[in-house]
Amino acid sequence: MDHETLTRAAPSARHHEENGGISVPGNEGVKVVRACTIRRGARELYDFWRNFENLPHIIKHPVAIRVLSPEKSHWSVSAPGGNRSADWDAVVINDEPGALIAWRSCEGADVPNAGSVRFEKAPGDEGTEVTVALEYNPPLGAFGAVAAKLSGEEPGQQVSEALRRFKALMEAGEIPTTQGQPVGGSQRRRKKQS
Amino acid sequence: MKAVCWTGKKRIEVQEVDDPRILNPRDCIVRVTSTAICGSDLHLYNGYMPSMEKGDILGHEFMGVVVEIGPMVKKLQVGDRVTVPFCISCGACSHCLRQEFSVCDNTNPNAGMAEAIFGYSPAGLFGYSHLTGGYAGGQAQYVRVPFADVGPLKIESDLPDDKVLFLTDIFPTGYMAAENCAIEPGRTTVAVWGCGPVGQFAVRSALLLGAAKVYAIDRVPERLRMAEDGGAISIDESKEDVLDRLKAMTGGRGPDAAIDAVGLEAHGSAYDTVKQKLKLEQDRPFVLRQTMRAVRKGGTLSLAGVYSGFVDKIPFGAVFNKGVKIKMGQTHVHRYMRPLLERIEQGEIDPSFVVTHRLPLSRAADAYATFVDKRDGCIKVVLDPAA
Repeated sequence: MDHETLTRAAPSARHHEENGGISVPGNEGVKVVRACTIRRGARELYDFWRNFENLPHIIKHPVAIRVLSPEKSHWSVSAPGGNRSADWDAVVINDEPGALIAWRSCEGADVPNAGSVRFEKAPGDEGTEVTVALEYNPPLGAFGAVAAKLSGEEPGQQVSEALRRFKALMEAGEIPTTQGQPVGGSQRRRKKQS
Repeated sequence: MKAVCWTGKKRIEVQEVDDPRILNPRDCIVRVTSTAICGSDLHLYNGYMPSMEKGDILGHEFMGVVVEIGPMVKKLQVGDRVTVPFCISCGACSHCLRQEFSVCDNTNPNAGMAEAIFGYSPAGLFGYSHLTGGYAGGQAQYVRVPFADVGPLKIESDLPDDKVLFLTDIFPTGYMAAENCAIEPGRTTVAVWGCGPVGQFAVRSALLLGAAKVYAIDRVPERLRMAEDGGAISIDESKEDVLDRLKAMTGGRGPDAAIDAVGLEAHGSAYDTVKQKLKLEQDRPFVLRQTMRAVRKGGTLSLAGVYSGFVDKIPFGAVFNKGVKIKMGQTHVHRYMRPLLERIEQGEIDPSFVVTHRLPLSRAADAYATFVDKRDGCIKVVLDPAA
């Protein structure tokens, strides 16, 4: 379903594949699909997402995103467990205002990836169903994907977390946190050491 | 400030910690004037709730005075006197709009952890393990309260703390347990297992809602007496066979509704105690099993006592074949605070009856030890943060 979503969402990616220039070579990528429902209109949610510089608010993992042009953005993600960063340029390959955004990384990406986010009206007055599909080539292949999962840095968990934070921000106006709250002795000592 | 910190199984320390500060725009800071120890805090104390960390500040029954508000707080002002629900709710998600406040979508920062265990995450709770957010609790001199416009109820009358403090948890919890029994005034009979604070409020709430008869089951004499004072017919489960007695008193039909106000640490089954100690079972469901067998055919089972994980040897066939309805969950406190405050203001109930012990916050470790052992007739402890 995820691959289908991606390719359906991104006809030009398929076009790319036919030309041998796909960002994620066939069958080597890791695919995740995650969804949540947000009590806001599709257009409002689309508008937030379409400005990629908003995304670091909802992506918990440290990431810097710079918009280079309406279609192009530069992503810099700190690599799991290291001081290095993974960088790539991303280009929007499908854009249906209020309904869909699809993107893929350009040639030379540290982590080749492609993704889409779809906004669809939920039944009744539940709001909008937001579905993110992500496909990427893990830096160390399948082993890297397993290691990432164990460390909680796995993209499926990261996408789920980003969607939760997106929902909280749009519905409640803030993202829940306890960072900076008081704690008793042993935790305080441990946190100061780390 | 001083705060009650969990530092390990059966280890409570009052420590000097940093004062809380506003972390999100809809937060407020409350100076705590009264705070209580809940029976469910004993599950943390006894080490039965997973995901506690050393240094966690406990407490989810507290009230006080607003001393600071975040930039997006509209309804509260500095100086307002408030009671604060134990569950934290955003007021905007579909669950909050359906008044299912304890399963709010947007208040658990550790929702991923809860989803891995429960499938979906419930709301954040004050001072109740990292599975429900790891929020610092209110057994402290000050506490940060998120979504200040949604949870805290302003107390505008001069009712003393003791009369309104229990709107934060145990009164609404007992009341919701009774409401879940679908009581038909003058007709429905209700049996309540456990005469701790929640059981006491369940007894009184069932009668407020018009229950024909309420049976209260426990083994601690002063708790049974307190339930009788509230209008219940007591059954001492250490002296009589509960099922036989209930049958005899209900013309053989059994009670229309059964409330489990005990939860995961029930006494009475060596099998479960051993399994729990060996970590083969998280919860000790002795009372749950008894309620399932005791409730009448087509009756209602209402669970108020907390369950956190896995239970086994549940007589599921009993509730299935009798067609029993089961209602349960953490209390949607916000739903009940205002209507129950009105009942207090009108003199229909004075919740302070349940208080047996008052101690300064600095003596919290003694207070926990006294409460867990039910020593000295202890039923409910209120701590004074100023002392």
